[in-house]
Amino acid sequence: MQLAVLGGFVLAGMAPLLHRWFAARTPLLMAALPAGIAAWLLAQWPMVVAGGALRLEWAWAPGLDISLTFLLDGLSLMFALLISVIGAVVLVYSGEYLRGHRDLPRFLVVITAFMMSMLGLVLSDNLVALFVFWELTSITSYLLIGFNHTDSAARKAAQQGLLVTVGGGLALLAGFVMLAQAGDSWSLQALVERGDVLRQHELYTPLLICILLGAFTKSAQFPFHFWLPNAMAAPTPVSAYLHSATMVKAGIYLLARLHPALSGSEAWVFTLSLVGALTMVTGAFLAIRHTGIKTLLAYSTVMALGTLTLLLGIGTPGALSAFVIFLLAHAFYKGTLFLVAGILDHETGTKDVTAMGGLRRVMPLTAALAMLAALSLAGLPPLLGFVGKELMFVSLLEASSWQKSLLVPAFVAAFLTLSVAAIVALRPFFGARQETPRTPREPPLAMLAGPLLLTSLSLLLGLAPGGLDGLTRAVLADIGASGADVKLALWHGINLPLGLSLASLVLGGLVYRYWDGLRGMLRRLDPLMTRGPEAGYDALMAGLVALAAWQTRFLQNGYIRNYLVMTLLVMLGLVGHAFFFRHGLAIELGVSVYIHEAVVAGLMVAGAVSACVMRARLAAVAAVGVMGFCIALTFVLFSAPDLAITQLLVETLTVVLLALVLFRLPRFATLSTPIERLRDLVVATLTGGMITLLMLSVLSGERLPRISDWMVANSQPQAHGHNIVNVILVDFRALDTLGEIFVLALAAVGVHAMLRFHARGNPAGDDGGSGGPMKSGTLILSVAARLLLPLQLLFSVFLLLRGHDEPGGGFIAALAASGGFALYLFAFGRDALRQVLRVSPRDLVGVGLLLGMLSTLPAWWSGEPFFTAHWWTIPVIDFKASTPLIFDIGVYLAVVGVVLTAITALVDNDRHDEG
Amino acid sequence: MESLMAVSIGVLFATAIYMMLRRSIVKLVIGLMLLSNAANLLIFTTAGMRRGAPPLVPEGLGAPTSAVADPLPQALVLTAIVIAFGVLSFAVVLVRRAWEVVRADDLDQMKDTDT
Repeated sequence: MQLAVLGGFVLAGMAPLLHRWFAARTPLLMAALPAGIAAWLLAQWPMVVAGGALRLEWAWAPGLDISLTFLLDGLSLMFALLISVIGAVVLVYSGEYLRGHRDLPRFLVVITAFMMSMLGLVLSDNLVALFVFWELTSITSYLLIGFNHTDSAARKAAQQGLLVTVGGGLALLAGFVMLAQAGDSWSLQALVERGDVLRQHELYTPLLICILLGAFTKSAQFPFHFWLPNAMAAPTPVSAYLHSATMVKAGIYLLARLHPALSGSEAWVFTLSLVGALTMVTGAFLAIRHTGIKTLLAYSTVMALGTLTLLLGIGTPGALSAFVIFLLAHAFYKGTLFLVAGILDHETGTKDVTAMGGLRRVMPLTAALAMLAALSLAGLPPLLGFVGKELMFVSLLEASSWQKSLLVPAFVAAFLTLSVAAIVALRPFFGARQETPRTPREPPLAMLAGPLLLTSLSLLLGLAPGGLDGLTRAVLADIGASGADVKLALWHGINLPLGLSLASLVLGGLVYRYWDGLRGMLRRLDPLMTRGPEAGYDALMAGLVALAAWQTRFLQNGYIRNYLVMTLLVMLGLVGHAFFFRHGLAIELGVSVYIHEAVVAGLMVAGAVSACVMRARLAAVAAVGVMGFCIALTFVLFSAPDLAITQLLVETLTVVLLALVLFRLPRFATLSTPIERLRDLVVATLTGGMITLLMLSVLSGERLPRISDWMVANSQPQAHGHNIVNVILVDFRALDTLGEIFVLALAAVGVHAMLRFHARGNPAGDDGGSGGPMKSGTLILSVAARLLLPLQLLFSVFLLLRGHDEPGGGFIAALAASGGFALYLFAFGRDALRQVLRVSPRDLVGVGLLLGMLSTLPAWWSGEPFFTAHWWTIPVIDFKASTPLIFDIGVYLAVVGVVLTAITALVDNDRHDEG
Repeated sequence: MESLMAVSIGVLFATAIYMMLRRSIVKLVIGLMLLSNAANLLIFTTAGMRRGAPPLVPEGLGAPTSAVADPLPQALVLTAIVIAFGVLSFAVVLVRRAWEVVRADDLDQMKDTDT
């Protein structure tokens, strides 16, 4: 079964391809899947009716207790059958309805995906799986409502439907999490058996509120009913399928499914009864205000959904059997009526019932089907709708004291619905023939087959409702009324419910008779209607947009320093709070300082502070340089030779970089006011102070055991390297290093991109050309550069090779080599450098990355963990080659490439400016 | 020494942030340089500082005979220095490009995306 559902998604994805091969026959072909599923489900009918249930285990993420287990019992069988049968019908129907439509393939993709999501929803036993399918139906519904995406009303309706249902979905997720916590299981089957535990649990009220929110939004209960009529912007087959027969019943399904687990409390009974009754009346009342056939039907769907909720709220066995029958009857007649509405729309070109008339002569079969379905909607014999309505009246009459009063709204809804049925089925087909935009005729068989099937079911089961005894009993057992005695019959004799039916027939007939006048009267209520829940929704949306605009203006105002100040203040607040109020301040000051160390630290600070106050750019850069060299000295003093070398080389290259760019820029100007400077000074000082305090606190605290002890002990024995830092870089933590050279490569790509962007007006910006202006012309420099380059390269190779045992390695060697190249560049210009290099710097980056990744291959080849080192001795020269060495060479090349890309980029620009 | 370093690093952070809050884009870049150096020192210092014991295994031995400085933060900082340089070069090229296009060093004149 899971395979069928998941395969259905694949089929959905293949729809465009199938459409290319089979063109107009595609929908028919795709209908085979739901039809097949329906056949399989029917085969399970006897087993389920006998009280059995099929549980199909399918692990998904066992560690998280999430499974794709399907559970086929009475309730899910009923829903799954409806979904697959009506699904097949709708696919066949829409093949005709959308014949030749440009977007038919897209439609097929989404509707098939929806079908499968809906099946997954009603079959899932796991809360998480159910939720995933639930959201999938919301998304597919969104895509289907907005199918005519060029129509702004359709887009707005789609968005509204999505926001309402997904907003509810969010609440539902929270509800599910609480439910799983309270019931200690993610499996519905297990939760259902723990009803007593759940009702006693302290989380019961919040989880009930959240779950009801989810179910009510999905099933368009008052006050969330407004999205459903708007959803009628979707193509009619979609309205028939999603917005009457299946998706909107997902909330009802969930309520029924959780009925044994959550029902029985006063909160449940009150909320469901009242919301259901309110929805019922609202739907029925709003229906007769409209003339659009789909809107009429949509509001009557709202009414039906309210009825179902009300019946669940009452919860007696009688009410629950009414629930089952009403649900089936509604799916049959409402599906039919929507499909008929689609036929009318398709054949006449209008959706307004007042614009149609006398159609029974041109489309007798359609008229007959519409009238039969409408009889069921009206709750008249001999159709299933009658059985359902009688059961509802009976259950209300038998209900507890205050619930009896709900008979009043139920009766009002019943006679209003009767008039809706009359409007929909009589108005277009009788009376004088009216001119319509298109000339109507009987539609093709594919469009009639569905209504025909559904109406026959409605009629047959109405005449012989005993056929549903078994299923009803099985469903009742699943929703908490096991062992109930179910005897369905069409005729119960002359009793009060029948009297009510007769009374509603009379009243409904009157409403139909005077409908036109009544509508005029109701129109006076329009100002009141604009203040309904939809206005609330609109206000909420407007508020959200306004809030977003305000916070964007406030937080994202385009001033980078405001972002920075904001971030820093938040950090200061949070850290400061934790520090002073939670953690407490415990600081010990160490005093073992040598005088030369203090001098170095003092110079470092002096350099940093001078960099801030210097007015000349070069002086500021020099001050930063002083600080950098002091840091290098600190590294020397405190046992970090590799760091010291790296820092020194980087400082040198930094000076080169800044020298290349600073002279092109304007002098420092004082741009800010003293107050701004004071504010910045305060923020900066506070942050710096906080860092100092944090550091002192960390340093005073208990020292945890070092994780590097293992590395120190195993550097030589396992990785054959004496320089532990280098071993960490190229062996123990080589994957990190690989990530880091990728970051560097990214910087190079960024630089290169800016260069290309720059060269837009001059595509040959990368060409040869003359030597460029960077040529210094100084003899000493030229000679020195020429001599130094090979020496420096040789030295860098030496640093690279010895790196595994002594200070050095790929990074350091690369920086050393880059220094030589930079000098050469200054002396002879970019083109000379390119001739020496013979390859472009960015190729070096690529080759470096490639080497780094290639070095992992031997380990892969022999099935060892990623980045496991391999060692070979090259015989003649007795040289130990290894994958870490290859990796280090990769690092070397990549870093050289990055540095040269940056430096040559700046030089390239020079030439361009002056050339 | 760590206490002294903690104070120094605090000052370094303060200067870095002060510079990053300037309107001049060049000062922003200088702030960035100060910040990366301060962060490197912070990692280096909080791991504990040890004089005269580089993390090297003496020739012919399998492991250092006495306690050595922690090599792991050193490896972290080493790559951090080089990456900071990569970021700096990117920033510098960006400043150059920005200057060529907008002819301004003032960030407030670069608020819009349309220049």
